[in-house]
Amino acid sequence: MKQAMVKKSFVRDYQLWLMVLPAIIAIFVFNYIPMYGIQLAFRDYDFSKGLTGGEFQGLHYFKQFIDSYQFSSLMTNTFFISLATIVLGFPAPIILALMLNQIRVKRMKQFMQTTVYLPHFISIIVLVGMLNVLLSSETGIVGHFMKAIGLGHINLLASTNTFIPVYVLSDIWQHCGWNSIIYLAALSTVDPQLYDSAKMDGASRMQMVRYIDLPALKPTIIILFILSMGNILSTGFEKIFLMQNSLNLPVSEVIATYVYKIGIVSSQFSYASAIGLFNTIINFIFLISMNAISRKMSDTSLY
Amino acid sequence: MSIKGKSPTELGFSIALGLFCIAIFLLIAYPLYFIIIASISDSVLVSTGKVLLFPKGVSFFGYTEIFKDERIWTGYRNTIFYTIAGTLVNLLVTLPAAYVLSRKDFKAGKFIMFAFIFTMFFNGGLIPTYLLMKDLHLINTVWVFIIPFCVNVFYLIIARTFFESSLPKELYEAAAMDGCSHFTYFMKVALPLSKAMISVIGLYYLVGHWNDFFTGLIYIRSNELQPLQIVLRDILLSNQVFSGGAGTGGSAGGYAQRYADQIKYGVIIISTLPILLVYPFIQKYFDKGVMIGSVKG
Repeated sequence: MKQAMVKKSFVRDYQLWLMVLPAIIAIFVFNYIPMYGIQLAFRDYDFSKGLTGGEFQGLHYFKQFIDSYQFSSLMTNTFFISLATIVLGFPAPIILALMLNQIRVKRMKQFMQTTVYLPHFISIIVLVGMLNVLLSSETGIVGHFMKAIGLGHINLLASTNTFIPVYVLSDIWQHCGWNSIIYLAALSTVDPQLYDSAKMDGASRMQMVRYIDLPALKPTIIILFILSMGNILSTGFEKIFLMQNSLNLPVSEVIATYVYKIGIVSSQFSYASAIGLFNTIINFIFLISMNAISRKMSDTSLY
Repeated sequence: MSIKGKSPTELGFSIALGLFCIAIFLLIAYPLYFIIIASISDSVLVSTGKVLLFPKGVSFFGYTEIFKDERIWTGYRNTIFYTIAGTLVNLLVTLPAAYVLSRKDFKAGKFIMFAFIFTMFFNGGLIPTYLLMKDLHLINTVWVFIIPFCVNVFYLIIARTFFESSLPKELYEAAAMDGCSHFTYFMKVALPLSKAMISVIGLYYLVGHWNDFFTGLIYIRSNELQPLQIVLRDILLSNQVFSGGAGTGGSAGGYAQRYADQIKYGVIIISTLPILLVYPFIQKYFDKGVMIGSVKG
């Protein structure tokens, strides 16, 4: 019975199926087959027998990772970089959106939006390259500025103290504007009558931001916060990898860069898979539990 | 804006807002502006902090060196090819799928959508993906830039929401009465009505390909195939500024270092310019409700 219905659907909607098929194949091959390959984390990698032919090792590689001397520093580095990015980077686009929304002159607003979106389109390589030339303590403009105000020679890019601030602040610089789009879109759905009646009641603009705009953003804020908590242990690989140097490595080696070095550079496939899976699972647990907490407390959740 | 008729607190609010805008504008625009003037100024003046507001000792040495550099041309050519071919494949796969998934009468859509969204939160990770590419013989080929991950689920959701909200149901019913098939309806009605969304998603994909360096880093070994971003890494970060390898040491060293930064500033401009040229044409669509789709999604 069910089969007959499925068959009927294929016949009746064959055009729809044809149109969605390339996407299904692409997602299946490049997203789901690697998930099947995760079992590599529990097996030895045997070149002659392929991905799933090696001997079963259980949790051996996970133990190896947890017992390794890098474990605690990798975990703390990853966690701190993510945490700093969330604590500083999460509120920034909200504040920016509330502010941009207050600009009354339409042209001015457009101009500001164009400006703040712009850095988002710069590639990570170029951004790190810009940091290198601008922050250089010898020749960079920020280096000169720091000398001028008496901070002397600090190499911002090669110090364990300044790595995280430089990483986080440049991240905000690049993405804050872009991330504000989603909040601006949410603000544009606020009923204008609300502002009018607030004005009649003598509310100041600050009060309108506080009591109309901010509550209107609440659902969006919660959803995005859950999503960012789900990424608590996945710092972007690319930017950190490019900002790494031997001097800042004690604070800049994170799980993602370590997986790259162990797996791709030194070909320890099973070990690297185990580390990667460990990371993914912790993220997933964070996502699920944040979602559950949010559903209990605010009735807003992803699903 | 008129000052008359405003209470002191309102006036204070306006002033604070204005100052905030100016500060943010300078914070974003100045570094970009500085790179531009530094790329055409005398490198000694730049490195001693004398160039702040206007270019000084104008010289195009950096640019002439860049134009002589074979690596940049190869990288540029590769990236243009990957970007155009990749974006086309992206749109060819994403748009029809988004249309199908936006149709309420397509019963399997819900399950397919769930399977797609699941991949946003859970994935196989770097190593299994790498080994898959190896098994598919995609490593060190141009295909690895174009075929894998040609569907971005987030963009698919935006496209789907757009089709859902902007194509009235009656439109399809009327078309179907006239014997219009899904293919024709999609090509002749749905796509032409969705130019704003297609531009925005196209831009996202395009920028993604243009700026992609991860693929080159992981999957490409031969220099012939490397995209511009990898070449940029060698120049900007590994300090291999001159193609002849004159970036370090020797009698050429001092000379080289003096001009290295100017070349770096120039390379930043050259590599970012194409994206910044496309951007203003697309930017007007950002506000036209396309992004609202992502809020609902």
